[in-house]
Parts: sequence; structure tokens; C-alpha cells
Amino acid sequence: MMFRIQPAMLKIAAAAWLLGATSAMAADTTLEFTQWWEPELPSGSLRAIMNDFEAANPGIKVTLVSGPYATTRDQISVGAATGTLSDVVGLDGAWVNNLNAQGALADMNPMMDASGFDKTQVADIIKVDGKAVMFPVASFVYPVFVNLDLAAQAGVTKLPSTRAEFLEAAKKMTHADKNQYGWVLPLSLQSPSGVQNDLMSWVWASGQSMMADGKPALEAKPVVDMLTFVKSLNDAGVISPGIATKTEQEKVEEFVNNRVGMMIDSLAHVNLIRERNPKLNFDIIPVPVVENYNGKRGLPYASWGIGISASSKHQEEAWKLVQYLMSEKVNAKLVSLANAFPGNVNAKPDFVTSDKAFAKAFEIFKSGYLANEFTGLPVAEDLMTQFDVQAQKMLAGEQSPEEAAASAQKGWMAKF
Amino acid sequence: MTRQKRSHHKLKRAIAPYLYLSPALLIIGLLMLLPMVTVIGYSFQNSAVLRRDPSFAGLKHYQAIFADPVFWASLWHTLYFTCMSVVFHMTIGMVFALMLNSDRINPTLRNILRVLYILPWLFTAVIIAVIWRLLLEPNGVVNSVLMQMGIIGSKVEWFSSTATALHAVTFANIWAGYPLFMVSLLAGLQGIPKDFYEAADIDGAKAYQKLIFITIPQLMPIIISISLLDFIWTMQVFPLIWITTGGGPIYSTEVLSTYTYKLAFSSYNLSQASASAVVILLISLGLTLFYIRYQKAR
Repeated sequence: MMFRIQPAMLKIAAAAWLLGATSAMAADTTLEFTQWWEPELPSGSLRAIMNDFEAANPGIKVTLVSGPYATTRDQISVGAATGTLSDVVGLDGAWVNNLNAQGALADMNPMMDASGFDKTQVADIIKVDGKAVMFPVASFVYPVFVNLDLAAQAGVTKLPSTRAEFLEAAKKMTHADKNQYGWVLPLSLQSPSGVQNDLMSWVWASGQSMMADGKPALEAKPVVDMLTFVKSLNDAGVISPGIATKTEQEKVEEFVNNRVGMMIDSLAHVNLIRERNPKLNFDIIPVPVVENYNGKRGLPYASWGIGISASSKHQEEAWKLVQYLMSEKVNAKLVSLANAFPGNVNAKPDFVTSDKAFAKAFEIFKSGYLANEFTGLPVAEDLMTQFDVQAQKMLAGEQSPEEAAASAQKGWMAKF
Repeated sequence: MTRQKRSHHKLKRAIAPYLYLSPALLIIGLLMLLPMVTVIGYSFQNSAVLRRDPSFAGLKHYQAIFADPVFWASLWHTLYFTCMSVVFHMTIGMVFALMLNSDRINPTLRNILRVLYILPWLFTAVIIAVIWRLLLEPNGVVNSVLMQMGIIGSKVEWFSSTATALHAVTFANIWAGYPLFMVSLLAGLQGIPKDFYEAADIDGAKAYQKLIFITIPQLMPIIISISLLDFIWTMQVFPLIWITTGGGPIYSTEVLSTYTYKLAFSSYNLSQASASAVVILLISLGLTLFYIRYQKAR
């Protein structure tokens, strides 16, 4: 059978070609958005938010480049070095100093000024050398989780609010013969974030700082006191063994399995804890403070940050996407999906009304302030590793808290 | 044939082998030589990778790592980890290979053992690391068994104590790596002519004499080849150590691979990391040359 081209077919083909050609002429701007959030969110949810953004901003398309956290970090490091960083990038506060030193991040100050962006609506703006390089979009705060059953069995009726009360409660909850301990401290060098989440959080909770005038102040009282306190917990035998190689995942596992009474952990793990042990009876409290401290409590946090590439040819469009994600409603939607706290102070995520644990955590969040002094520091992970080694030496009995602080200070100063 | 034509023909013949080799040479050049040369180049630059216009640093980064006590500790740990691993891989591999080659063991049992003994080889480094972390954790099975047997009085923090961590991680690597020797030696054993043993039997040789004077000399080429390869591979082990201890506690299990990794991805000091990588390359290169010379001599 002979195939004949009909005139109608020709017309359709011509129309299709014309349509293609005209749309190519009025080409959309395609933004590339590299982040590690998509795999951590419910399937398709971040794409759905991007679709809404595209519908609200005709002419702008967003391509999501997603991967696990570590892969994204490496990808961003290479992109920054080679000038091929995506237009919009998901950022961890620990990376921004290095990326800024490479000139990879755009200063968002002029964009905020030009668009009349209300700076008071965001929880924080991360600045390096005066440049606004990152907004925390979603924050995962780190309160103390308490196993209420273990606490009740140990006769702990009042949940600890001060360090001294914490030590007492941890002692009561510890029964080494039953593999049960009061606290768990993960200081694995594989991922030294335990320094930030489980050690320095004690300093920030009491409104104190590990810095002074932009330089490390590890030999000052707040850090030395914290180390002394942690050493006292270790000397009392209330910390679950295996500190030097324990990871965050193992910390959560021990809590889930009723092997530790208290842990400092990300609120993002609440659902995971419930899934792993639906019967676990736990509560959330702020990180205990030094005696007689009544001020606002610093809440350690990790964040999903966002920034714009300095080499992006579409910075105007990229800023529209950043603004969109930081806007009240969209931010509330995103953080509700992530079980995180909002980057927009006016946003109220769904879960704080529907879930008691989150509601309580949200109150803690509202009454305190976000504190993570590693954000924006040079080679933050390296600083944590150095502090980690000194803390391990102290816990192994090789040096005093003062010596650990002095050694860490010396190492840190070399990096500043 | 004119003189010109003859020389043209000669040239074509001379070029032909290189043309046949060119695809392989191209792949080797792109995938192996280029990265190597690039890393060597980085080791002589300041702020390599991180800056688009890195300056020449000379030997500065090599001086920095040689002045770092952690580097020397890493080198010592690498040597201990590698030597112990190779010696025990060889010993255990030999024992198991002899066992699997023996006619005295029931064939069914031998087949079961063959599967069991090869199991560690089937696991990836990550799985092996997780298995040993679980087994050797303070509340793990190993402590429980040893305490019940009365061998230890209290829980040992195998991976978290500076006194035991390097031995523990070496032990895990020995467990993971002996099947290579076992399989290679088993193949070698099956290739030794039976006549040798029959002649030895006639001469009244004892079992250990047959092992020393027939089996081991016959297996020697395999033992040396596999030992050298194992030495090169074990020196570069990274995931097992990274996942079990992260190079800690303190620096007690820091090896050259974890030391280099931390320089690159924790300190973002890619220049020093490159210098450290070049040192590993040179050590590996020395062993490889030794291996090639040995192979040629055979």
C-alpha cells in the first residue's frame, strides 16, 4: 500500500513547526535548582511546589537536580570551583563560608532592596563579609528527647531544666547492668556533627557563645564549663558506651530501643522514632541551661538553606524562586511536608496544631532563638573534627577540659 | 618497488600496531593518566580546584604533610593494617584451601564449607563494616560471648578504644579478604600433579614434609603474586575503616586513605590532599614495579 501525504497532514505539520519555532523564540528561562531536599520529602511534593511556582511565574521553568546530602555537597563544591553552579542552590550553613570565599554565591542584599523584600519576615539571613548569601528555608531544631517510661521507673518526676538536674536525672536512669544509660553522645569522626548538636548545644542553650568578636573563644568559661559538665557525665558513667565511634543514627536507635533515657536530637526524627517504636512514650524539652539562667534559650538547629549562584545568568528569576519559597504560605507548606520549622516567621506549619509533640517543640522554638555558630564559619566540618578529637582525648582521660579547650582553640585559630 | 614506495610500506607497517592499540591507549590516557597527572599538578598548586587561578606552590604541600605528625601516624597505621591483613589473609586462605582440597573431608561437607568460606567475599565493604560494628559494639554479641566464657571481665569498646580500635578494624579486614587467597590457592593446589605426592609417599614423606617440600614451593608463584596485589589493594582500603571508626578514636585508626579524605572533604584543602594522594600513588607504584619485575622474571 502506498503511503500518501495528505494536504491536511502537511498543514498540521507546518502548524506544529511554527508553534515550536515561536515558542522557541519566546523561550522560557529554565532555572536549575540543586538540592538534597527532594529525596527527603514525600515523593513528588517538591516538584508540585515547583509546578505551582511555574504557574505563578509564566516564562520560568525549574529543573530540579536532586541527590543525597553528601552527593549534593560534592556537586556544589565542584560547581563552585568550575563556575558551573546551578542558578539556585540548596545550602548547609557549614558550606557558605567556603563557597563565598570561592566567589560562588550571589549577594542577595541588592535583590532584597530592589524588590522591596520584607526582611523582618525571615527567621535569619546568613551573611558572610556583609553579603547576604543564604536564607534558612526550613530549620530542624535539636531539643532533648526524654523517655518518659524510663524516667518514671527511675523516679524522675520533674524533667530536667538545668545541667545539674540533667546530671541527676541521667544518674537515676542509668543501669549499666541492664545496658541502660541516662544520655547518649555520638562523637564519631566519620560525621563530627555531634560537636555541633550534642556538645555546643549546651553552650548556646544558656545564651552563651563559643565565639568572641568573630574569633573562636574556646578557652573562655562557656566552652570550658560545657566540657567540664560533659566530663562529669562521663565520669559518672551515665553516657552510653562507644562514644568515639557512635553516629547520629545509632544514637536514635538506642533511644528507640529504650537503651538511653535522654538524647539531644533533631525534631525531624519524631516520625522515625514513632515508626520504629510506636509504644515509646517520650516527651520533648529544651536543652537544660546553667544554674540561674533565665534568659532566652538558643536552640541548636540544622537547616535547609537556599542561595543564588554568582555565575547565574538568571539571577532575577532565581530571586523570584527564593522569594516564593520564603513566602508565608509556600514556606508553611514546605516545612509541613518536611516536619521542620519555618524560615518565614509568620508561617505556621500544619503539624503544630495536629501533633502534641510538635506543638510543644513549636512553643520551645517560638520562645527561644535559633543558634548555630558553625553556620558561616570557615571549614566548619574541619573545626568540628578538631574539637571532636580534643573532646575524645578528654573523655579518654588524656587531658583536662581546659587542655582540650586550649588545644582546640589553637587548631581553630589556624583556620581563621 | 621504488625506494619511496618501500619506505611508505615500512612506515605503514610500523604504525599499524599503534593504530590497533590506540583505542585502548586513549581510554587509559583519559581514565587513568589524565586524572593522575591532574592530581599531581594540584599537589603543586595553592588552593587547587577551589580557585580558578591557583598559584604555584612548589613543594609546600609536601612539606606540610611531612611535618604533620598525624600523617606519620597514618602511614604507620596503614603499614600495620596492610601487613597484618596480608599475612593473615595468606595464612587463613592457605589453611582453608588445604581443607577444601583434602580428600579426607566428606564431599558434601566440603561443598558446604566451600560456600561458607567464600561468603565474606560476597559482601560489599559497607555490609562488612555494618556487620562488624554490630558484632563488636559494647553491647554486641562478641562481648556477650567473651564475658560468658570468662575471657573478659567487662565490656570492651572494640572500635571506640584507642587500645583496641586498630586491631579490631584489621581483624574485620582479615575476615573480609581471606577468600581471595583461598580461591587462588585452591586453584593452585588442584593444579599440582598427583605424581609428586605419590613419589613422596613412596619415599615415606610425612604430611608436613609434603607441605613444605611440595605444596608450598609449587604454590609460591601464586602466593607472591596474590600477596603483592593484596598489599596494594589493602593499602588503599577506605570504606571499611571510614564506616567502622572514621579514623578514630582520636587518630588511632587514621590511615592514609582516611587522612587524605579528611584533607579533601573536611578541610577542603585539596592541594594537601593531592600531595597525600601522590604519596600513596608513589608507594603503590613502587609495589607495582616490584610486582611487574617479579612477573617478568618468571
